[in-house]
Amino acid sequence: MRRLAPMLLAALAVLAAACEKKTQPTGEAGGQPAAQAPATAQGGGTPPAGDDVIVLGEVGALTGGQATFGISSRNGIALALKEANAAGGVKGKKLVVRVYDDQSKPEEAAQAVTRLITQDKVVLILGEVASSSSLAMAEKAQAAGVPMITPSSTNPSVTEKGDNIFRVCFIDPFQGFVMAKFARENLKLNKVAVLQDNKSAYSIGLTEVFRQKFAEMGGKITVTESYSQGDTDYRAQLTAIKKTQPEGIYVPGYYSEVGVIARQARELGLKVPLMGGDGWDSEKLFELGGSAIDGSYFSNHYSPDNPDARVKKFIADYKADYNGAVPDALAALAYDAARVAIEALKNAPDTSGPALRAAIAKTKDFPGVAGNITLDEKRNAVKSAVVLKVADGKSTYVTTISP
Amino acid sequence: MSQLLQHLINGLAAGTIYALVALGYTMVYGVLKLINFAHGDVMMVGVYMGYATAFALGRQAQRSLWGVVVIFAVAMVGCALLGFLIERFAYRPLREKPRLTALITAIGISFALSYGFQLDIGFLPGASPRAFPEVIVPSEWFIIGDRDVVVWNWQVISFLIAVGLMAALQFLVYRTRFGKAMRAVSFDHRTAALMGIPTDRIIALTFMLSSALAAGAGLLYAIKDTSVSPLMGLYVGLKAFVAAVIGGIGNVPGAVVGALLLGLVEEFVVGYAASTWRDAVAFGFLILVLLVKPGGLFGRVAAEKV
Repeated sequence: MRRLAPMLLAALAVLAAACEKKTQPTGEAGGQPAAQAPATAQGGGTPPAGDDVIVLGEVGALTGGQATFGISSRNGIALALKEANAAGGVKGKKLVVRVYDDQSKPEEAAQAVTRLITQDKVVLILGEVASSSSLAMAEKAQAAGVPMITPSSTNPSVTEKGDNIFRVCFIDPFQGFVMAKFARENLKLNKVAVLQDNKSAYSIGLTEVFRQKFAEMGGKITVTESYSQGDTDYRAQLTAIKKTQPEGIYVPGYYSEVGVIARQARELGLKVPLMGGDGWDSEKLFELGGSAIDGSYFSNHYSPDNPDARVKKFIADYKADYNGAVPDALAALAYDAARVAIEALKNAPDTSGPALRAAIAKTKDFPGVAGNITLDEKRNAVKSAVVLKVADGKSTYVTTISP
Repeated sequence: MSQLLQHLINGLAAGTIYALVALGYTMVYGVLKLINFAHGDVMMVGVYMGYATAFALGRQAQRSLWGVVVIFAVAMVGCALLGFLIERFAYRPLREKPRLTALITAIGISFALSYGFQLDIGFLPGASPRAFPEVIVPSEWFIIGDRDVVVWNWQVISFLIAVGLMAALQFLVYRTRFGKAMRAVSFDHRTAALMGIPTDRIIALTFMLSSALAAGAGLLYAIKDTSVSPLMGLYVGLKAFVAAVIGGIGNVPGAVVGALLLGLVEEFVVGYAASTWRDAVAFGFLILVLLVKPGGLFGRVAAEKV
């Protein structure tokens, strides 16, 4: 046993060293320019942006718990750029995008943004999906004066980080309001329990507004329980929720947890509908949730059922490029974000930060596949939301709820 | 009252699985004085072997009794091989080196497996969580009141499997020649070698056994929580390690009791307080035990020879 303590300490030291090593390059590149020679050498190693290309930066979760979000977004952005380049590019230059994976971790996202700005000298940044990651990125982008457009981060504080940060989706208060209204008026629920992910700014934001609005509309919140991203056993929370006999459960988390939560809720005998937000939107939800997720509802940005010709063309192009995959809302929003960025690049006199910023801010009635985009003075898009119902391994359109 | 009972059942179900994983840590530590940090990731690999086998069998066959047996057999034998390879190529060359060297290698293997399995090439599964197929069709086994307390068939089945595996292990260690050799190696492997015990073989077999147990535990875990991902091993492995230390690492019944305690503590903390407290309480419990009884609940503090 005496040997155990030193071994444990050593293990922790190695773990800590492993983490530190990863943060070092970016920390140096961002902070101390002259003092550390190796860092400067490393910075010079990346190929400089040529005169005939405009480099955009993208940060996304290509691995980790939210990987499908990052991959959908990457695909959507790639499609928009491909179309723009096929039409001759912008100002006679081709567009390229440099993508960094943040492994679904905010700290990695912050590093990736620093790398994009200091090493790759990008003119504009696209991403992230998860609000926690976007918050970490927004700080860096704002400080460097590089405009950033998040396709689908709905937490209000993301664009509050500064006037360089934009979004092409609605914000959390609206999603919380949409589901509260839907639960009261369409489902006629009186008593609802909440199960939130307290590691995610997104989930906490939705919960706050849902609780407030649902109570204002005369409903009652029976209990608010919480879990942490990455958990796989939610039986304790669900057992506590069950005791309060709710008529519905609001679970504004991400698909990777929600699917499992649904299964365990049914297993414990909770038969009431679950409700959530756009974090549910992934094919994986149906795999993880199986039949347990049937009869649940979530608010979203877009529905592929939309008969609009523009949406149909987008879906057809996306399917052609990605093995017949149907684009989810994340892909649609990322496509829209990239097109707003391209439009701004066209309209701006040059590609400097302030010029681009001003051009993006002027976006008005821009025809996106996930609704028309008009940015308000807080740089948020004002648009309506759809409510989808989950049944038989797919989600179908139920209704549209406007602000 | 019914809520308490349900928590008790949930906690026991989680605890039995921690116990099976903890046994692997305890066995390897007992024999080699090595904390095999890759143990949880070997478990994860076992789960994916079971996942692949279930898919190869198809929906019908995977749910039959022989299907389940095949899935467990493939994963356990596959992991035993993996355990053998890890021991042979990562730990054996370092056996006469300071113990710290092997520990660092163990952490390296752990990271290699958990991050390697996030790659999306060839047979590797990719990063996203996946749903483990329902190899045991869930049905309610026991219900009190209006579904106030629910016990499922798979809970009972996995409890029985876990208890069976534990009993078999206990028998193996204390009632067989192999177990006697294991204990001799654990006492002093150089002296054991002088007495004619094939230490290398015994150590290799211990690793294979602990890895096979990990695979079995992993499959029970996957059946319980349905969501499997390449990082699951880090989490479950760490918790099982804590359980083994609480019980007194190197002690077989201690690992089981430690794991059941940990499962119950976590369940009650989440059920009655908040999920944010789960890990804090689990590790707080560990610190408390180490402070009050440094050898763990069932461990002996060996007097150091001078």
